[in-house]
Amino acid sequence: MTALLETRGVWQRFGGLVANSDVSISVGRGEIVGLIGPNGAGKSTLFNLIAGVLPPTQGSIWFDGEDVTKMPAAERCQRGVGRTFQVVKSFETMTVIDNVIVGALVRNTVMREARRKAHEVLEFTGLAARADVLASDLVPAEKRRLEVARALATEPKLLLLDEVLTGLTPTEAQTGVALVRKVRDAGITVLMVEHVMEIVMPLVDRAIVLDLGKVLVEGKPTEVVRDPKVISAYLGDRHAVGA
Amino acid sequence: MDKNFAARRRRDLIIAAVLAALAALAPLFVKDVYVQNILILTLMYAALSQSWNVLSGYCGQISLGHALYFGIGAYTTELLFTKFGVLPWFGMLGGGVIAALIAMGLGYPFFRLRGHYFVIATIVIAEIGLLLFQNWEWAGAAMGITIPVRGDSWLKFQFMRSKLPYFYFALVLCCLAWFVTWWLEDSKWGFWWRAVKDNPEAAESLGVVVFNSKMGAAAVSAFLVAIGGAFYAQFLAYIDPESVMGFQFSLLMALPAVLGGIGTLWGPVLGAAILIPMTELTRSYIGGSGRGVDLIVYGTLIVLISLALPQGLVSLFSRAKSKGATR
Repeated sequence: MTALLETRGVWQRFGGLVANSDVSISVGRGEIVGLIGPNGAGKSTLFNLIAGVLPPTQGSIWFDGEDVTKMPAAERCQRGVGRTFQVVKSFETMTVIDNVIVGALVRNTVMREARRKAHEVLEFTGLAARADVLASDLVPAEKRRLEVARALATEPKLLLLDEVLTGLTPTEAQTGVALVRKVRDAGITVLMVEHVMEIVMPLVDRAIVLDLGKVLVEGKPTEVVRDPKVISAYLGDRHAVGA
Repeated sequence: MDKNFAARRRRDLIIAAVLAALAALAPLFVKDVYVQNILILTLMYAALSQSWNVLSGYCGQISLGHALYFGIGAYTTELLFTKFGVLPWFGMLGGGVIAALIAMGLGYPFFRLRGHYFVIATIVIAEIGLLLFQNWEWAGAAMGITIPVRGDSWLKFQFMRSKLPYFYFALVLCCLAWFVTWWLEDSKWGFWWRAVKDNPEAAESLGVVVFNSKMGAAAVSAFLVAIGGAFYAQFLAYIDPESVMGFQFSLLMALPAVLGGIGTLWGPVLGAAILIPMTELTRSYIGGSGRGVDLIVYGTLIVLISLALPQGLVSLFSRAKSKGATR
């Protein structure tokens, strides 16, 4: 069976800046893959290319056996790519349930069904009690959760999580980790960008480390963290010597 | 929760039906032609503002150029009637369709603009429309078109002896615009529009085709406004560019919604019910040259509202309600 997601030789240039150079990664069905790397490594750019915010300068992106390189974000969502945003983008003037209904409408054209689906997702993500609250009244951790809920309501095959665990208290992060596991157990493939290594590593099946726009290392989390190249990318060359 | 939601929708519908029934009885008590006139205008602006609210309130694309669609409705109807003998009822629909098409044609380039730039574009386009009509000889140019009125006729939708038919038509139009909004509010389109207004990028990531959503809102909005324009032309029995396409119409569609509550179901009706009678009364008390004065009055009102109640007057009701709801 082919990978669910594949990027083939993807380049992204912004003027003179090369954000991604020749990035080829693949994500298999049912995996949780972590995309990590120091600040400025090109994680967010790659993430946006996969979500369809902009097309890559060069290379192609394949999803579920189909070339989606030129496909706009909305269409990719219809094909089964769900995403969250690093800086949360809730629909602030709408209630929590209404936020989620927007996502649910992708697969449910009848309002009653979309609403039922949205309630299901709120139940799943632990937001049910907050259904009728305005999104603007949520605390930051709940807003993160709402991002996930909204994306899940689109019934994605692949869920892209952009730093959903960053900036949370340890307890909140633990609940977040549990939620990601639950999502995977529901049969959804997860690709997550994080730079908090200690949270991500126990969670993911495989880690891909980006540095300076390139894939540096990729493999099992336990191997990746011990790789001298990774240590030097995060901490500088001096620290890599002893490893 | 779902029950609450369904109950609220039903309650809105019942309130609307009761209000419409009461309004329908108003002519039994209001015999004064001047007051009837104010009622007609109030209903018309409520309908217009409700339609404006679809694009600008729900979908968040603030237009200050809706006078264009109002004028197109008026001109299509009267040109078809005076030049080709087409009955106003068909002209009205034709005007609606043409306005919707123009709205989409303009949306094609302008929906790529954001925020203030979009607003400016709408103003400019409406002014261009006004200039075109002022110079278009075949359409009567600045002289306008006088509609030949030969007695009362529902077929030709013209009435000399009584204003009541106009009143009832305006009431129906108002109900229609309200009902369309009510219906769209709990539809895929309604949700898409609000999502587009709040955050287009997030909307796009959830499968909403932002551009198409805006186009849909523009078409519905322009169609309904053009019907209003056609009605107004019949009501006046005379049109010229300034009297159906002037900038004040764009304002008078936006202000009731802003006053009552932009992007809400009841805002436009509530706003129009306060604003329009007030405008008409100040104008008549202060005298013929009062056009500037009514502008001052609603300018002041808007400033007060945006300072004290940015969500509009409807927030008074919902605030009281949510207090009651939190046990």
